[in-house]
Amino acid sequence: MAKITTLSDAVRDLIHDGDIVAMEGFTHLIPFAAGHEIIRQRKRDLTLIRMTPDIIYDQLIGAGCARKLIFSWGGNPGVGSLHRLRDAVEKQWPSPLAIEEHSHADLANAYVAGASNLPFAVMRGYAGCELPKYNETIKTIDCPFTGERLAAVPAIRPDVTVIHAQMADRKGNVLLWGILGVQKEAVLAAQRSIVTVEEIVDDLEAWPNACILPSWVVNCVCEVPHGATPSYAHGYYQRDNVFYRAWDEISRDRDRFTAWIQRHIIETKDFSAYERVLAG
Amino acid sequence: MNELNYTTDEMMTVTASRTLRNGAVCFVGIGLPSTAANLARLTHAPEVVLIYESGPIGSKPHVLPLSIGDGDLAETADTVVSTPEIFRYWLQGGRVDVGFLGAAQLDRYANINTTVIGDYWKPKVRLPGAGGAPEISSSAKEVLIIVKQSARTFVEKLDFLTSVGHLRGGDSRQQAGLPGRGPVAVITDLCVMEPDAQTKELHVTRLHPGVTQDDVRKATGWEIKFSAECGTTEVPTASELTTLRDLQHRTSVAHGRTSAGK
Repeated sequence: MAKITTLSDAVRDLIHDGDIVAMEGFTHLIPFAAGHEIIRQRKRDLTLIRMTPDIIYDQLIGAGCARKLIFSWGGNPGVGSLHRLRDAVEKQWPSPLAIEEHSHADLANAYVAGASNLPFAVMRGYAGCELPKYNETIKTIDCPFTGERLAAVPAIRPDVTVIHAQMADRKGNVLLWGILGVQKEAVLAAQRSIVTVEEIVDDLEAWPNACILPSWVVNCVCEVPHGATPSYAHGYYQRDNVFYRAWDEISRDRDRFTAWIQRHIIETKDFSAYERVLAG
Repeated sequence: MNELNYTTDEMMTVTASRTLRNGAVCFVGIGLPSTAANLARLTHAPEVVLIYESGPIGSKPHVLPLSIGDGDLAETADTVVSTPEIFRYWLQGGRVDVGFLGAAQLDRYANINTTVIGDYWKPKVRLPGAGGAPEISSSAKEVLIIVKQSARTFVEKLDFLTSVGHLRGGDSRQQAGLPGRGPVAVITDLCVMEPDAQTKELHVTRLHPGVTQDDVRKATGWEIKFSAECGTTEVPTASELTTLRDLQHRTSVAHGRTSAGK
């Protein structure tokens, strides 16, 4: 059964230096509050997995938490580059960052394989694409029935998956809706999981086919209102596009980025304190 | 603005939108493809089915999405499925008629680079990467590409091949086992290019009004060929322009910026 706890305790107890960590949310429900807490607790040498690294991993990479990134599309959506990711790849700042690059279809399939307790995923893809030349985990396999050559990629099995959802009940059953991305698969593929939620309620009032993560597949549930901002939580608040654009300037310069992290994350005690600083 | 009162970007977007037929199931990339696909939906192709890789199927967004997973895409969709399902059942399952893509670099066989400029391990410019494009370009029944034309973008040799167009030309794409037919048109701010039926090399089939062959040559990094019957693109209609500008205006108000559609 999931333990209902503070985010600070969940990150302290479940995420260790050197862990393989997946923090998913496809533009929607990105677990920013949890990302901040990882920075605040100065976790190091993490292998970070995420289809779209987004600002959340730009912050973690620039703050020196990561030694490796596994990803499939690394931009600031609708804005441009992730400058901290680029600086780490192009100039090894603040430290060298190993990258392992895939396509979206590949990582989505690899999460399904992880959730299914299979060693690898099979898909039709990568023919003619040069990524397999630079990523030795992408291999091919001949279909034993038709002989068709298909791509094979290893299952993703994170030590910890972190996601954000709209609701949990008091037992720790989690409900999410809207754009679901790979969150369910990422939680089921992981050894441990943390779910931050907008609110904890008495009754989820979920319809039969709703996307529910039962309490017994989640380790920790933490109530963190606005915990996905500047991304959005369907039914709660919209994407903060102004922040995404502002990040382009903040993250472009190492000193400005470092000062921002110091003031907004290191020197705040939690996400609500961060939001107060941000509001000025 | 030129004397005809439209911009070259508008010419490109309108031309691209016209190539999308009504009723087509279209897997849409963010940015220019999404702008053109939504313009098509709001003009001649009301029954077009727009699929975004974040999971929405049949989206009818009120404004152009800034990101591939904007809430408006989900709220206006017929259904929203998970990302694995989008790629497995809907794209790989062979249910997509048209993949609509952009590019950072493109070569004469309409192969696309969105990964890196320079050496992969010591890049001059690290681009966002593959996203959904390799499998869209592989599995969609056909592919449309919309991209602004310059010699930096239209190159003799890609720095990295991310998404296959017609690979090395001829039947090399088919031989490599890619199920879809590949790119059928590249629409730029200068012209429309199509692959030759045999060699699959891109050649210009229509020039936008006021654009010369020399303009296109200067903006292409290889010796670009022109179709013997190379014609002129029809100018945007007043109604197309009004619809596009209204859409971009609504978008800029919603996102608090002016260039969300690009």
